[in-house]
Amino acid sequence: MLNLNLKTTPFHERTSALCQPQNWRKWAGYFVVGSYEHVLDREYWAIRNSAALIDVSPLIKYVIQGKDAAALLHRVTTRDIHKMKVGQVAYTGWCDEEGKLIDDGTVSRLEERTFRLTAAEPNLRWLTMNAVGMDVSITEVTDDVAALSFQGPNTRKVLNKVTEKPVDELKYFRLMTNKINGADVTISRTGYTGDLGYEIWMDAKDALKVWDALMEAGSDYGITPVGILAMDMARVEAGLFMLEVDYTSTTHAWIESQKSSPFELGLDWTVALDKPGYFVGRRALEKEKREGSAWKMVGLAVDWVGMEKLFGKVGLPPQIPGSAIRASLPVMVGNVQVGYASTSTWSPLLKTYIALAHLQKPYYEVGTDVRMEITVEHHRQHAPAKVVKLPFYEPEWKKK
Amino acid sequence: MTSSNTYDAIIIGGGHNGLVAGAYLARAGKKVVVLERRHIAGGAAVTEEIFPGYKFTEFSYVVSLLRPEIIRDLELPKHGLKILPLPSTFTPMENGDYLASWDDHDLTRRELYRHSPKDAEAYDEYARVMARAAKAIKPIINLIPPDPSSMSIRDLMGLLKVGQYAAGLSEKELYMVAKLATQSSADLLEEWFETDALKGTKAASGIIGTFLGPRSPGTAYVLLHHYMGEIDGAFRAWGFAKNGSGGVSGAIYNATQALGVEVRVNASVQQVKVKGGRAVGVILENGDELDSKVVMSAADPKRTFLQFVEQKHLPDDFVTSIQNFRTRGSSGKVNIALSKLPNFTALPYTGNGANSVLHRGAVSISPSIDYIERAYDDAKYGQISKRPYIDMIFPSMIDPDMAPPGHHVMSCFVQYAPYDLEGGWTDGRRDELGEAVIATIEQYAPNIRECIVGMQVISPKDIERIAGITGGNIFHGELLLHQIFFLRPTPQWADFRTPLKGYYFGASGAHPGGGVMGAPGMLAAKEILKDGF
Repeated sequence: MLNLNLKTTPFHERTSALCQPQNWRKWAGYFVVGSYEHVLDREYWAIRNSAALIDVSPLIKYVIQGKDAAALLHRVTTRDIHKMKVGQVAYTGWCDEEGKLIDDGTVSRLEERTFRLTAAEPNLRWLTMNAVGMDVSITEVTDDVAALSFQGPNTRKVLNKVTEKPVDELKYFRLMTNKINGADVTISRTGYTGDLGYEIWMDAKDALKVWDALMEAGSDYGITPVGILAMDMARVEAGLFMLEVDYTSTTHAWIESQKSSPFELGLDWTVALDKPGYFVGRRALEKEKREGSAWKMVGLAVDWVGMEKLFGKVGLPPQIPGSAIRASLPVMVGNVQVGYASTSTWSPLLKTYIALAHLQKPYYEVGTDVRMEITVEHHRQHAPAKVVKLPFYEPEWKKK
Repeated sequence: MTSSNTYDAIIIGGGHNGLVAGAYLARAGKKVVVLERRHIAGGAAVTEEIFPGYKFTEFSYVVSLLRPEIIRDLELPKHGLKILPLPSTFTPMENGDYLASWDDHDLTRRELYRHSPKDAEAYDEYARVMARAAKAIKPIINLIPPDPSSMSIRDLMGLLKVGQYAAGLSEKELYMVAKLATQSSADLLEEWFETDALKGTKAASGIIGTFLGPRSPGTAYVLLHHYMGEIDGAFRAWGFAKNGSGGVSGAIYNATQALGVEVRVNASVQQVKVKGGRAVGVILENGDELDSKVVMSAADPKRTFLQFVEQKHLPDDFVTSIQNFRTRGSSGKVNIALSKLPNFTALPYTGNGANSVLHRGAVSISPSIDYIERAYDDAKYGQISKRPYIDMIFPSMIDPDMAPPGHHVMSCFVQYAPYDLEGGWTDGRRDELGEAVIATIEQYAPNIRECIVGMQVISPKDIERIAGITGGNIFHGELLLHQIFFLRPTPQWADFRTPLKGYYFGASGAHPGGGVMGAPGMLAAKEILKDGF
């Protein structure tokens, strides 16, 4: 029978029972929980103070296997894949020939000749095109592999209660195979929140088993199912961007100026220009490195006192939404627009209104005073803001 | 005198206000020392492990109005500050039912509707009216109180501003403000609502820290005070700090360290040194002498003016009004270590209770206005309330790190426990207070006694003895109409200056008042800097 519903994830039986406000979001063709509670506070703070359990199964996943698996990823991505050890995870973007980003995700070296690549959008065609003549198989496993992002300062303690082997030694951006409640899992020390955190990958059929074990073990440590809206606030604090929100894939861009290079998004550290051999976009990226980037993604901290003044003029206290705002907001210097913010959010932790913004040279230098658009009682105003270093928040335990 | 004992500013008292003031002065490039009498800084905002593994905020418990600008200016999140949400209030009722208020407006209205459809509707309007009244007078809190009898330009400008805000109110709002300033909270609430548990719980917030009952005039204003914190909606800093109130002073302490403030503990001040009519330093109880250009006290008004300074340096009428400043402690605190959560019969939990929604928020024993007024009746005549008002929270349900895994801590704010107890406070009387609390809770959660693994009872006398607050009043002086704004601590001296030149006052007993707010410390530091030194 024809079914036009969105797909559900392997955790749906649990997540749907817990989702009080029926706040569902669409993510790559799946339903996922936007928020489990009517107010985001507790979910947000679970990420920052205890243990947040987030269903991230809709992430698009590929297994890339074969003699030339490393060579393919070395060619497609900007990282030096040949240097990666088994058990290592690398965050990377991948570009077109002009050095503009197609997508970004993580590469995990599961075995010498087996990698897992995550992506926000389907990339099978691009990967296949680049694999011509190579001894490699590329399989999309999105539906087969369930994934949980487990984020927050108490996650290590909870994992240690349920995993067969302790995770204490698992370093930042490394992964290990393990067992939870009898199910085989891989656990990577990764996430999208900038806090201590892990991502747990498992066969879809084991999803509920793993969920239940974590929820039980975590009950004394403040474990909380968390939807993607709270995660969206945390990722802005962590200075992490999102495809189709903070940048446009070259495959979707209508015009040249919609495209972004890794340098323009602050991904300099992921572009291994010193790696041997050809990779897609190399020449363009080398040129941009030499000449400097015209744009840069930076952090903006909006001056609250300045906002209060603007709202005060109409007799109101400052009013901004309590969740992340995915709207383009012009950024000004004087009367000239020098860029735009792509995601902005109230940071409950920093008690500051923050934004990821794309600014033109030379306004992207840290410390530059700019103004960002806010809406005050239906009127567009510009609140004073300062360019700050990303991430906005980085706890010492993130990498420890 | 060694130069190491010479400072730009000396701050007496290492509570959160003293630390905030120190940080702001150091931020302006001043060499500052904060002197704390106890072995730890934090004052009444400290967290201690009374029983191994169980952490307690001994005296205070929630962060109500900690100023967001202090959080940003001093970068407190980088220094560890996290203010966690306290999403609900649960009031068990004497008939076995309960009344809850949630962080979601619709849920709260639905819950109220269950008790009274009329109250559910009135609630929205009440909230709007109170929020408007609070908004109308909130800017006043941010002002340095002007002296209405003074003819100085600064005071006149200040008065003009207050006048402007008052003039900006609609007639309706003006009446509301006037009513709020004079009414009792019982009268106000009875105009709006019929549900006893709702009125009792609302009225309770009008008596906290005062020696008044819900039927005493002036208590309605304190209700308004609470709405101030709610105006900024999601942007407020209300809740439970990670690691308790000690987490707040801890973060402020870390900020002072990053700014180069010297914080000396076990440094009890004996006297402020005065030379040529000016405060020029302090003498410690151990005999050490410290010199400085200015001295600020973050202690309570009585210690600040009656103990640290010789009376001959202060005008008689000033001394008299400080003597008359009301600092009657009326509340105590019972801190309990639990092996499991007490189970409330009105809404029992299953399993280990980790998912119990009510335990994540406050539990208020305030079934009616009469209940609280009766509790006050006992206290009026020098007795501990037989059935006290109790505001309970379970910090370990909000921040799991407060207790060993699976175990919990419980914090009970108790009123009334009069400072001037008939016959005086003894160990036996303290136990009596603890027993009154447990017996009261037992009515609603019968298994409470079997959950207890440790209990600490704090009387107002203990607050005075340990935290050094005269009278044991949690606000360093009651939030009464005659003790706020330009009258706090005394008329003419509400701008953080004192009759003694170079001597400043920036603590809860100063404008805008108590609570873990930090505003007096910040505002005082700004005034000190304005005077230049």
